[in-house]
Amino acid sequence: MGSYLIKRLLLLPPVLLGVTVIVFLVMALIPGDPAMAILGTYATPDNLAKVRMELGLNHPLPIRYLFWLDALLHGNLGWSYILHKPVLDEVMSHLGPTMLLAGASLVLCAIVGIPLGIIAAVRQNAWEDKLITVTVLVGVSTPSFWLGMLLILWFAVRLQWMPDGGMHDLFGDGGILDLLTHLALPAITLAAVPAAVLVRLTRTAMLEVMRQDYVRTARAKGVRESRVILRHVFGNALISVIPILGIEAGYVLGGAVYVETVFQWPGIGQMLVNAISTRDILLVQGGVLVVATAYIVINLLTDIAQALLDRRIQTA
Amino acid sequence: MTAPGTASDAAPPVALRSVVREYPGRRPSIFAPRTKLRAVDGVSLDVPRGRTLGIVGESGCGKSTLARMMVGLLPPTEGDILIGGRPVGAYQRRELSRLIQMVFQDPTGSLNPRRTVRRTLEAPLAALRGMNQAARGRRVEELMGLVGLRADFADRYPHEFSGGQSQRIGIARALAAEADILVLDEPVSALDVSVQAQVLALLQDLQRRLGLSYVFISHDLAVVDAVADEVAVMQRGRIVEFGVPDTIFTKPSHAYTRELLASHPGQHKV
Amino acid sequence: MSAVLAEAAVARVERRPGALGQFTRNRVAVFGAVLFGVIAVIALLAPVLPLANPDHTDLANRMAPPFSRHALLGTDQLGRDMLSRVVWGTRVSLVVGVVAAFLAATIGSTIGILAAYYGRFVDIALMRGIDMLMAFPYLLLALAIVAALGPSLTHAMIAIVIVNVPFFARSVRGVTVGMRRADFMAAARLSGQSSAQIIAFELFPNVLPVVVVTASTSIGWMILETAGLSFLGLGAQPPMADLGGMLGDGRNLLEVAPHVATIPGIAILLIAVGVNLLGDGVRDILDPRLKSGGLARIRPATEVASRADRMARLPQTGRAEGALLELRGLETRFRIGRSVWQAVNQVDMVVHPGEAIGIVGESGSGKTVTALSILGLVASPPGRIEGGEILFNGEDLLGLQTPRLRAIRGDRIAYVFQDPLTTLNPVQPVGAQVVEALRAHQRLGRKQAWDKAVALLDSVGIPEPGEKAHAYPHEMSGGQRQRIGIAMALANQPDLIVADEPTTALDVTTQARVLKLLADLRRQNAAAMIFISHDFGVVSELCDRIYVMYGGRVVESGRVQDVLNRPAHPYTARLLACVPRIGQGRHRVVPIPGLPPPTNALPNGCAFAPRCSLAIAACRSGEIELGTVGPEHSARCLRSALVLAEGVEGAGAADGGVA
Repeated sequence: MGSYLIKRLLLLPPVLLGVTVIVFLVMALIPGDPAMAILGTYATPDNLAKVRMELGLNHPLPIRYLFWLDALLHGNLGWSYILHKPVLDEVMSHLGPTMLLAGASLVLCAIVGIPLGIIAAVRQNAWEDKLITVTVLVGVSTPSFWLGMLLILWFAVRLQWMPDGGMHDLFGDGGILDLLTHLALPAITLAAVPAAVLVRLTRTAMLEVMRQDYVRTARAKGVRESRVILRHVFGNALISVIPILGIEAGYVLGGAVYVETVFQWPGIGQMLVNAISTRDILLVQGGVLVVATAYIVINLLTDIAQALLDRRIQTA
Repeated sequence: MTAPGTASDAAPPVALRSVVREYPGRRPSIFAPRTKLRAVDGVSLDVPRGRTLGIVGESGCGKSTLARMMVGLLPPTEGDILIGGRPVGAYQRRELSRLIQMVFQDPTGSLNPRRTVRRTLEAPLAALRGMNQAARGRRVEELMGLVGLRADFADRYPHEFSGGQSQRIGIARALAAEADILVLDEPVSALDVSVQAQVLALLQDLQRRLGLSYVFISHDLAVVDAVADEVAVMQRGRIVEFGVPDTIFTKPSHAYTRELLASHPGQHKV
Repeated sequence: MSAVLAEAAVARVERRPGALGQFTRNRVAVFGAVLFGVIAVIALLAPVLPLANPDHTDLANRMAPPFSRHALLGTDQLGRDMLSRVVWGTRVSLVVGVVAAFLAATIGSTIGILAAYYGRFVDIALMRGIDMLMAFPYLLLALAIVAALGPSLTHAMIAIVIVNVPFFARSVRGVTVGMRRADFMAAARLSGQSSAQIIAFELFPNVLPVVVVTASTSIGWMILETAGLSFLGLGAQPPMADLGGMLGDGRNLLEVAPHVATIPGIAILLIAVGVNLLGDGVRDILDPRLKSGGLARIRPATEVASRADRMARLPQTGRAEGALLELRGLETRFRIGRSVWQAVNQVDMVVHPGEAIGIVGESGSGKTVTALSILGLVASPPGRIEGGEILFNGEDLLGLQTPRLRAIRGDRIAYVFQDPLTTLNPVQPVGAQVVEALRAHQRLGRKQAWDKAVALLDSVGIPEPGEKAHAYPHEMSGGQRQRIGIAMALANQPDLIVADEPTTALDVTTQARVLKLLADLRRQNAAAMIFISHDFGVVSELCDRIYVMYGGRVVESGRVQDVLNRPAHPYTARLLACVPRIGQGRHRVVPIPGLPPPTNALPNGCAFAPRCSLAIAACRSGEIELGTVGPEHSARCLRSALVLAEGVEGAGAADGGVA
């Protein structure tokens, strides 16, 4: 395990570097004068000159990248001219809510998706399976931003069970319960699609493992059927389910943009949408970079979990 | 079927001279350099013209690597493989393919599942023999007859054939190049017993009729005994014993050959 | 697994129904196709349909509810006709989805094929780039791209294409890499084809299904994601009618005019459902894993017909005295599609306590299915035991309740399977797998069971058993893995061991050692054994009696020496004659012509008759009984007297090889 861990950790710096290159290149796509784009209405001649200096716009692209990377490594993601504060501060203040929402959705997705996938596989072609299959189909076909609106319409507007948005009550601090009632609808909305995908893939993985020879071996040994399913079938299906959770983490972090917009959840997604509409390019850049970094760390964790589960990966 | 002018008649069709093939192995630790695995370790052999050289060994002994090097699919790390006296590396791909061909172990895996037999057989006819459409059509029929398959099977896809039939198609493809030398890499191992015998008999007939030279690679001593004129026993990349089958199988001198013989099933009660 | 073999055989013999036939049988996929078709036709016909101008504003009639006069689905906040806007918006979504899928598929699969085919630096350069793209949560990257390029539908589509390229590149590279190592690629090079020809004619046709599957399953995503960008105001710009944009408008009107948000949402949902169902249908046809029989759940025990049905064709007489196991008239069938495979047909067998019997036959002869039928381990579906009984100490094993069956499995009757790499659980240490076998039948504490497992590993000749018990199957050699399989089988000192080609996957020298071990331990435990093999040599070393199977039936049985030295069935005789033996020297091999019959199309009379040089008219009709030809020796042949008297070569001239 030790050497696998080191190997996997050594892969981290190049990937992070690659991410910075892509983010930098994407921003270099901006048509026209980037300084103008960044400053927008704040484009006084003084400001323009200052920004051009900071970004090294008079230098060729690779040199500019190095300047930018140097600043980045010093924790300087630039200055938001629209919000009048450092980009890093603004991004960090929104990171917590996004992680909370994404984490809650991921947990919800796993605790709903995996058991339903197992049930669907074990009860293949029975009514449980058919019901789950139809639900899943609707799940993957529903745009999350629309689902969010429907939930608001029913649970917040019509039934008034839940607040229709935000993270805390505007008046007074409601504590953990208040947070949970605000979290429920957005987390469900965000979890719907990945949970549906997870059900499907868990079901397929289970059915595939059930055909394996070692499952027959377990039955030939006289092992109890519940143990055959949980220990042998699910134990092996999990190997292909865990990387899916990694991919879903990526979906959840991205999908948060919609859900945060619909529910006015004060996370990075909403920040990004606002930043895009105000053309606050550096803030967009910073936000994307930070979330991508978080995602890379999550992927590292799922890789390690998978290697712990399947020792063949460690020796490969 | 004539040998191309490049090959001199005096030289053996295939000659291996101290052939070595290394593969990168594992790193003992992430900071140490990779170890090297010697799959083939200094093999020298001659293939007799118009006859059969048998190579026997267990899995991982390097016999398949050797086969792939002989037909130019893998370059040797060291040493020379001479086809008609000239190193394999000195040939153009197509020149070499006209001299030496290969039949693979897995009969279905060696056929493209999405091409008809006709298209599989026509590829070497066009690329190696420069035949036009009409000539190719006639030759495909001939080839199918040569390996004992009905000509109208040519328009079927591989999944419609049994293992033995697929192996016949693999042999027909090797014959299409009109090469004099065939490298047969475990050609009957994946087949059922009664089908094995059919393919062996076919290979024996073809050799007699067309004067082919065979390199017959197998893990099965009895099969090699039945087809080979000379036998090389391979263990861990090396030839540990070489001789005529009669000597190898009745008076083996190397300990490993003796163990192989003693392990062959059906000789005593255990 | 023989079920798999049977399925493979189906593919050979029956011509498969065409792709269209398969598709139309899949009702769900047809529903998807119809739904998608209707939507597509309506969207395509939008310009000629009698719809209001989607951009015509009418502030006087704004936010009219559905079913208003002049506006079937109501109007939006600017009084524009919702129906018309939904139809035009659908048109936009479909075009964007199809174009994006096509572009992503083309670019992605080109990258994937090139990376895999050229390998090395090309592979590293291309795939590291793809990895970088995949390091982003993919919507976020799309967002960043649109933020940089500026909002517009084209830019949104470009962004969606870029973030989807990696999925195509990865899956195409995956299959291509697998295929690059396939022998048919090597054969193509030996055929003198150029790289371009190989990529175009050998690789591409095999990769295409993967590309189509990926495209058809991701097109729904692409439609949803493009709509999402429009919803955020980054895609289609007003006044263009676009479903995502309409939802964005409707968001602010949720409380006053919910229909403005609900209707375009339903439209997107319907499109996505149609596309996804259609995509799944396409996948089911093109994905070979799903094609053969589908991923059917395998039951804990083989399905068994009722006792009355099973016994209908069975004579009530003649149970063997003192038998440990007796198979009487066993019939196991596979129903695949419309054909019925009689894998095991009227098989009678007897095993006495402590006796070793061998079952010999070629693939498809029914030997493995016979063995698996004993404890209901034949995969069901498609397998079903439809006839006979299996008496173990006088108790019929067929139709036992699960707890009783489980009590016998691994305890009184234990199995050793063929390929120990696939028959051991890859993610469980081998010691734990032995412990599991012990604790399934013995009351043992964890520690006790572990110690006992280590002792068992020691007894099967695993060096340093205490250490090795913690190893995983992939960390052991093939021979060691099969020793683990033997240790598990012996864990509860069974009365009967069923060994199904236990050494076929092993090298000869390893095989010899494992066989010796199995024979020794069996004698020590005084267990009976059924040993299944295609190799007469192996069976002769271990067994007392032998059953030869052909076409699902026992064609000959008797003491090993009798059957091997004086075969009474022409099949046995010919089979023995065509297997080369060491010391024969170079000789012409005399094969049996023809192929074994597929068990879904057995000929009348003797199944071997079409390949038999001795066959007479009577061989080709009616039921041929198993007749006694000597002490404990019987054969299912009308000509056995001739075979016994003159041998098969003497009795009939060997005919030429006809395939």
